[in-house]
Amino acid sequence: MAETVTQVSAVEGWFTTDAREPRLIGARCPRCTTIVFPPRDGACPNPDCDSDTLERTELSRRGRIWSYTENRYAPPPPYVAADPFEPYALAAVELDDEGIVVLGRVVQGVHALDLRVGMPMQLELDTLHRDDEHAYVSYVWAPVTEATA
Amino acid sequence: MSRDHEVAILGVGMHPWGKWGRDFTEYGLVAARAALADANLAWRDIQFVAGADTIRNGYPGFIAGATFAQKLGWTGVRVSSNYAACASGTSALHQARAQILAGFCDVALVIGADTAPQGFFAPVGGERRTDPDWLRFHLLGATNPVYFALYARRRMDVYGATTEDFALVKVKNSRHGASNPNARYRKETVVEDVMNSPVVADPLRLLDICATSDGGAALIVSSIDFARRHLGSLDGVPRVAAVSTVTPRYPQTVLELPDFATDSNAAAAAPEHSFRDSIARAAYEEAGVGPEDLSLAEVYDLSTALELDWYENIGLCDQGDAEKLLRSGDTTIGGRIPVNPSGGLACFGEAIPAQAIAQVCEVVWQLRGQAHGRQVEGATVGVTANQGLFGHGSSAIVSV
Repeated sequence: MAETVTQVSAVEGWFTTDAREPRLIGARCPRCTTIVFPPRDGACPNPDCDSDTLERTELSRRGRIWSYTENRYAPPPPYVAADPFEPYALAAVELDDEGIVVLGRVVQGVHALDLRVGMPMQLELDTLHRDDEHAYVSYVWAPVTEATA
Repeated sequence: MSRDHEVAILGVGMHPWGKWGRDFTEYGLVAARAALADANLAWRDIQFVAGADTIRNGYPGFIAGATFAQKLGWTGVRVSSNYAACASGTSALHQARAQILAGFCDVALVIGADTAPQGFFAPVGGERRTDPDWLRFHLLGATNPVYFALYARRRMDVYGATTEDFALVKVKNSRHGASNPNARYRKETVVEDVMNSPVVADPLRLLDICATSDGGAALIVSSIDFARRHLGSLDGVPRVAAVSTVTPRYPQTVLELPDFATDSNAAAAAPEHSFRDSIARAAYEEAGVGPEDLSLAEVYDLSTALELDWYENIGLCDQGDAEKLLRSGDTTIGGRIPVNPSGGLACFGEAIPAQAIAQVCEVVWQLRGQAHGRQVEGATVGVTANQGLFGHGSSAIVSV
């Protein structure tokens, strides 16, 4: 069965699917250069800019933890919880270049105890949940280790 | 700002908070009748109803002003419905005040009530893959307590706060609310109770996080002239000195519920004051008072740790000093600036559209010396502070 499982993105267009160097996809204002995430079309959010277009742009892969937590109880649907539920961490990471804080799950196996405000993190991909045919993949934050630094 | 822009609060009333499971309009009715009796006015005297919307009870919730007018019996009264999430009550007060100050009416009812669901707040049903609120649950399991936990953890790592500090907020508020007849939880809590409760979203435990409740609250507000005619004197009559309904300034650099990300500060510098800092600041400016003038504060303790954030946001202490202020006893009744003498959300749980109105009710009782068992002696000025989802600031200053 495992051979027939197809990897699909849990959300379309929010990250590149290059497993080794994944990046978040944001949107950038061509006039004032500000960045938004999640990516979207339409007007620039900067009140001093009247641009009505935003362009897709890849965001930097690295950042530092602004804050973090760990869910100890299964969130309600539409979250698809594993049974039995395994606690997992979430981190809000401030991207190095864009000055934007992005909330994401933390890679499996890393818990709140392992994290710290200011810790360097980088983007990876991980399976959120599975059904018989699909593995649903999303972006996750992972600590920058010596191997990945 | 001169006192020309004040309105009087003639009456306040509540339906006790709980998990009653009845139609929210019933709670509103009880609260409205209590406020009318407190004001010594009849329903037919009311010229305007400002309802605070609830979005969780089906269609009537969206037309809150008319819903409550119908419940009290149609009189032809003019109405408005006000949505600002947790700040809806302040938004309704703002609307009533504006109607009075513009001369369109003399006396108005401000009202909010809610019936809350069990457990975590979750998005409305259906698969909505382009709705960020749906996606934050689906992709991240980012419940509301997740966001409260992010703020709490930041206090720990940046300022050295401890989970015991958080527990002490609960202990204080449970003591304050123990004799409040409108509070849902009236049991005194000790540090061990909090520390022994299960972790929900690390570092926050079950007893650090406010529950969701049913409840209703109402105010009768009027022009100063109407109050003088009705009461003969304005002595000791609480007045609304300021209402702040500010929104964030771009870029908003604090991660806010229910967002995936902050704004970017790459193209535009972050504003001088964070959104949460700007909320009470706008009210102070309007009322011409400062945090040093306050007798008490009612702040939105969605979590114990968030109450500590508010100490700094409303200017009671410098950033990073909230734990020290708490441990000094200054924010306990009897201290320099009691915070949440009502018991706060810790004792009430949250009944969203009623909560900001309930905060004002408590300030009124305190200023009149009617807060039995939890009285802040000699109270003359109180502030409320709260923040609603989607960028709704909320603060009112009430003084005598």
